Amino acid sequence: MANVLELSKINKIYGEKIKTQVLFDVDLGFEESSFNSIIGASGSGKSTLMNIMGTLDKPTSGDVLIDGRSTKDMSANQLSAFRNETIGFIFQFHYLLPEFSVIDNILIPYEIKHGKVNAQALKRANDLIEIVGLTKVRKNKATDISGGQQQRAAIARALINSPRIILGDEPTGNLDSETTENVYNMLRDINNEFKSTFIVITHDKRIAEKADRIIEIKDGKISMDIRS
Amino acid sequence: MRLAFKIAKQFLKNNKGQTVLILLGITIGISVQIFIGSLIDGLQLSLVDKTIGSSSHITISPSGRDNFFEDKDDIYSMLRADTRFTQVSSSFDAAGFLLYDEETYSLLSRGFDFQDANGIYKFDERIIEGRLPNGEREVALGIGLVDELGLNIGDELDFIIPEIALENVTLVGVFDLRIASLNRSWMITEISSAQKLFQREGQISSIETQVENVFDADIIAEDLSMSLSNSLQVDNWKAQNEELLSGLTGQSASSYMIQVFVLLAVLLGISSVLAISVVQKSRQLGILKAMGIKNKTASQIFLFQGLILGIFGGILGTGLGIGLTYIFSVFVTNPDGTPLVPFYLDYGFVAFSVAIAIIAAMVAAFIPARKSSKLNPIEVIRNG
Ligand SMILES: Nc1ncnc2c1ncn2[C@@H]1O[C@H](COP(=O)(O)OP(=O)(O)OP(=O)(O)O)[C@@H](O)[C@H]1O
Ligand SMILES: [Mg+2]
Repeated sequence: MANVLELSKINKIYGEKIKTQVLFDVDLGFEESSFNSIIGASGSGKSTLMNIMGTLDKPTSGDVLIDGRSTKDMSANQLSAFRNETIGFIFQFHYLLPEFSVIDNILIPYEIKHGKVNAQALKRANDLIEIVGLTKVRKNKATDISGGQQQRAAIARALINSPRIILGDEPTGNLDSETTENVYNMLRDINNEFKSTFIVITHDKRIAEKADRIIEIKDGKISMDIRS
Repeated sequence: MRLAFKIAKQFLKNNKGQTVLILLGITIGISVQIFIGSLIDGLQLSLVDKTIGSSSHITISPSGRDNFFEDKDDIYSMLRADTRFTQVSSSFDAAGFLLYDEETYSLLSRGFDFQDANGIYKFDERIIEGRLPNGEREVALGIGLVDELGLNIGDELDFIIPEIALENVTLVGVFDLRIASLNRSWMITEISSAQKLFQREGQISSIETQVENVFDADIIAEDLSMSLSNSLQVDNWKAQNEELLSGLTGQSASSYMIQVFVLLAVLLGISSVLAISVVQKSRQLGILKAMGIKNKTASQIFLFQGLILGIFGGILGTGLGIGLTYIFSVFVTNPDGTPLVPFYLDYGFVAFSVAIAIIAAMVAAFIPARKSSKLNPIEVIRNG
């Protein structure tokens, strides 16, 4: 299968005076519709890698190719549009906009893309809300729901534009183990149903083992890469 | 655009304290601007009105040594048809002497067509005893002279026409023009009566006018003198009141200074509160940018906040400013109960102030907008 996302010779060095190299010549390809997990010790460079994959951060050298297209020379505006349409983010700390309701939060990537919301988008948002089980609280302010519900809202938001790639940085980091299990089952279901490519950072070995592929990062290098 | 507006609105709604603070700042700033502006305008208008409200703005009279001319070209009708002029009145003025108790009193005999002249001098309102003269040899004198000599309505008076004769006139009215010198020195009469007394029928000494835009008097006068014969000269009030005008200019300048500094303070206030709000909202902006919002849209969020605040602050400020101006005119009065400064509103100025409020708020939002545009989402994502 073709690689939907490809990292080539990624190096990342932080700092101007005191330089710390965090990633060393990382080469990685992700297949379309696959479910991948990334594990590794704290400080090993997982988040750094993921932010580069999502074009939020720039590598010191190397290139990120999405659908075979190099992102190296894209302008800020091109990258924004690209992110909006191709990548869905689920962050560890939810990052819903506290000023908006659950459903409005979920619709934001759609509004960024299309400028306005139509009936069709509203229906899709409601379907996603149903899938993540938030129908009852969909009109609530983002701050007026539980942590797990916020996480699920963030997942629905990541899916609204049907992105090819969904990136999760410890998306269940601060949830209890039962909720974590539920959320992952949901992500797998979505992966099966919508065929989006998932790349998820996790600390939880049990969760990682459910993925099609486990990649371990150690000191900025890939130390293990197993496909099941 | 739409999304930026929606987010701007939500941000404002969710930070009620801050929003109210900024609105208050704009409201106070704009209301002070409107209040001071209107006050100074009202003050100047009433000053100008007191100075020239009851006198000629532009006067046409013979140049050189002649005192009289015949209006052969019918300038009078021409000016009447000209919409720039609100009042046009011909007069026949000549000096003479009142002979009373073996004393002579120098008088300026002014002959008017009162229908026209009332428009300028409001003689009809200024007659405090008797009536306006309307027949031959009927005259009205000022309260100053009448009191001094102890004259009564109906008195027959001797009036010396220099080099001509001693004529007999009847006092039919007493006027009070509220200017002591005029109340002592003017004698008013019908123009035809005056012309006959001085044996100059068909002649006049001046055409007096009032214009719609008093501050254009010099321009109109200039324009007029071009089209008139050389034997006539055109004077305007501005040329004769330079001190007043420079006083008004100085007053306007200081009023503008106050307005500029008030605006500057408002501008700094808004921009500092909005700048804080960018920092407060950096988490939200970071996540919006991660989701692909364009830098331009991110900056529009703050420009829209500025716009919304400017519009509402402008409206509230206008209301408060007009209210203050009105209250000032009602409660701050002269001893006789008339307002110290009459209520006056220049709608153009009000619209200008609202526009300034909106522009100021947008300008104040510009720096935060730039900051928002430059914000890198990775900072937010990385630091939680
Ligand atoms: N802005 C920065 N400047 C300098 N060093 C940084 C910066 N951000 C991260 N690092 C360093 O880079 C290394 C990798 O950080 P990263 O956040 O990618 O780790 P991680 O694998 O995600 O860890 P965790 O599991 O704790 O989230 C760490 O040693 C960290 O201290
Ligand atoms: Mg991390």
